[in-house]
Amino acid sequence: MLRRKTFRGGAHPPEEKDLTENKKIETMPLPEKVIIPLQQHIGSPAEPIVQKGDSVKTGQPVGKCNSFVSVPPHASISGTVTAVEPRPHPLGTDVLSVVIESDGNDKWVSSIKFDKDYMKLSVDDMKNRIQKAGLAGMGGAAFPTHVKLSPPKDKPVDIFILNGAECEPYLTSDHRLMLERTDEILKGLKIIMKILNLKRAIIGIEKNKQDAIKIMRAKTASTKSISVVSLNVKYPQGAEKQLIKALTGREVPPGKLPMDVGCLVHNVGTSLAIYDAVSSNKPLIERVVTVTGPGIKTPKNLLVRIGTPFKNLIDFCGGYSETAGKLINGGPMMGISQVTDEVPVIKGTSGILVLGKKDSDLKPEGVCICCARCVDVCPMRIMPNHIATYVEYGRYDEARSMGLLDCIECGTCSFICPAKRNLVHWIKFGKAQYNKIANEAS
Amino acid sequence: MDKSFFISSSPHIKDRDSVPKIMYWVVLSLLPAGAGAVYLFGVRVIWVISISVASAMLTELVCQLIMKRPVGVFDGSAIITGILLAYNLPPEVPLWLPAIGSFVGITVGKMAFGGLGYNPMNPALIGRAFLMASWPINMTVFKTIPAGGTLSGIDALTTATPLNVFKHSREILIHGSEFSTEKVTEAAQAISQLYGSSGNLFLGKVGGCIGETSVLLLLIGAFILMYKRIIGWKIPFSYIGTVALLTWIFGGTEGMFTGNPLFHILSGGLILGAFFMATDMVTTPVTFKGRLIFGTGCGILTVIIRLWGGYPEGVSYSILLMNLTTPLLDRYTKPKVFGGK
Repeated sequence: MLRRKTFRGGAHPPEEKDLTENKKIETMPLPEKVIIPLQQHIGSPAEPIVQKGDSVKTGQPVGKCNSFVSVPPHASISGTVTAVEPRPHPLGTDVLSVVIESDGNDKWVSSIKFDKDYMKLSVDDMKNRIQKAGLAGMGGAAFPTHVKLSPPKDKPVDIFILNGAECEPYLTSDHRLMLERTDEILKGLKIIMKILNLKRAIIGIEKNKQDAIKIMRAKTASTKSISVVSLNVKYPQGAEKQLIKALTGREVPPGKLPMDVGCLVHNVGTSLAIYDAVSSNKPLIERVVTVTGPGIKTPKNLLVRIGTPFKNLIDFCGGYSETAGKLINGGPMMGISQVTDEVPVIKGTSGILVLGKKDSDLKPEGVCICCARCVDVCPMRIMPNHIATYVEYGRYDEARSMGLLDCIECGTCSFICPAKRNLVHWIKFGKAQYNKIANEAS
Repeated sequence: MDKSFFISSSPHIKDRDSVPKIMYWVVLSLLPAGAGAVYLFGVRVIWVISISVASAMLTELVCQLIMKRPVGVFDGSAIITGILLAYNLPPEVPLWLPAIGSFVGITVGKMAFGGLGYNPMNPALIGRAFLMASWPINMTVFKTIPAGGTLSGIDALTTATPLNVFKHSREILIHGSEFSTEKVTEAAQAISQLYGSSGNLFLGKVGGCIGETSVLLLLIGAFILMYKRIIGWKIPFSYIGTVALLTWIFGGTEGMFTGNPLFHILSGGLILGAFFMATDMVTTPVTFKGRLIFGTGCGILTVIIRLWGGYPEGVSYSILLMNLTTPLLDRYTKPKVFGGK
């Protein structure tokens, strides 16, 4: 079936991936201390099960979950717990965290060992291992993986999609994983397909990663159930709903999930972590982070322990250059701007981006000239200019009728606006106000 | 390290385009037609355009100072208003006319609503409508013979634009029994002469307003804007297409389906209006369907005025009227949200 493999809208911010796309993943030396937040995922936070003074081993759980939509965090180094207190978190507020000072030995818990019969495990056992390992989506959203892999019976899934798009500029961690850890990613994919009982999976990779496409195609050549599709480079092709649209033509309805159209999506990094968890009981305690940007002296792709402060990674990359102005957790389009570099790497930190001073000034917002570029590029087909104007005037119900709650905050509209209006900021504010009013009313 | 970082909401990168850049590209694309006008109608054209632009910018500056708003007079939008107003005037207007026209266009048409981005109607056209209502004689006298061309037809002295001649002759031919045979023959000759002068119409060697005659030079500018994606195809093509269709059906002198659409497309301010004034971003819809409806509406109104209305040209009024429907069109042509029914 000949269908254009893309979605309507989107833009082309400069890719800037040449800073790190050819750099092999380097393993960082162990940090002296790690800060493990008890909430690094969507859902309810974990409760601490260690206290100050306890000694912990690498891979030991430090929190327990009280609900299904939750994952436990684990110690990512061995050592002593020096504090269990609120600490700055990359997603904004201070979060209760377990601070561990390293003993330099990196002693792992004994339950972590390779089980060569892992594919013979039952589906429930596999999901159990995934939950105990504390897996959450590593593309950035950090949704608990075991929950995603348990769609209700009335929502059958027939297509699984592995997300290798990595559409954010600057970020290359998924690219390097696809090149260097191809086998483990594909083994994770096989586990996913067994859990979901699927006959068909698609791996979507953007065209700017030709080497990754080649190697993935070569390794899946003998498996007819897995196809590798090369996607046009356009932001935000890696956004879940847009990826599903481009690869299958299906559109997830507003307010609903991919399983409502029979699809499920996981990031390539999550697939790798699934393989580690199911085959070896290894918890999620490390990940690949791209440290990059004009504000970093030597950009690199690093394999780091969860909980390592950003400062450590930046120092390992030569430190800040003179032009450093803004520190971002994630990519330039959807990343969160940071107040301090003492925040830890969390499960969803795919990149640390330092932008220069001249990119950091907040230019004054102009007036909307109704040029409609934002309407043309919006991947959700809503009207950002009207939404933002209504929010500005406090008319949240009308903003909602223009699509306020359907916005995925991808940033394409703000990027393209010639009047430099901070559309996404207005929309985020509008959503918060709308929900506040809705909660007060109920 | 005690480093302080700048904080703001995502996204953290922005495209390099800006509002002044867009405005200045529009100014640039209007220049070929202006240069052509100087060649066709003489150096006086430069005075008309300059005074119109100067008046527009000065008015905007004074308004912004009085209203205590940030001064943005060099963002290019006042310059565009000044140029477009001048392009809508006959070459021999007294120089106080563009000065007043720009003043009214900027104050009533733009600053009274809050400035750029807030005006509901095209400021240049507001200025032109005001001038038309206040000094109709000055606005409809076309004595200047274009270089290398001729003033066609019947009344070579006072109202000899192609559309004027067309309206006059068509009236005679439709009500043939009320006129002498000489007049009817004269009218028929005039019409066939008009239909045969596509070359002159295309190059601009006919009587008319400063910026509206040279279709060729206007199209060059329009092409530049479409290439730069500053204007789209929806409004101009739906506008021109509707005019072509309706004038073919209704614009003839021998019954239905005998009209000459090519003549109608090339004459009057249609090309100037369709590509440069009906595409003014602030006053037109932002949605796909909204833009098509807007263009079609302008086309219908233009043809109604040209064929059955009191004026020979209907472009300015049709655009102004459709501008008023923009908020309604935006609300009722919202795109279908992703995944929606």
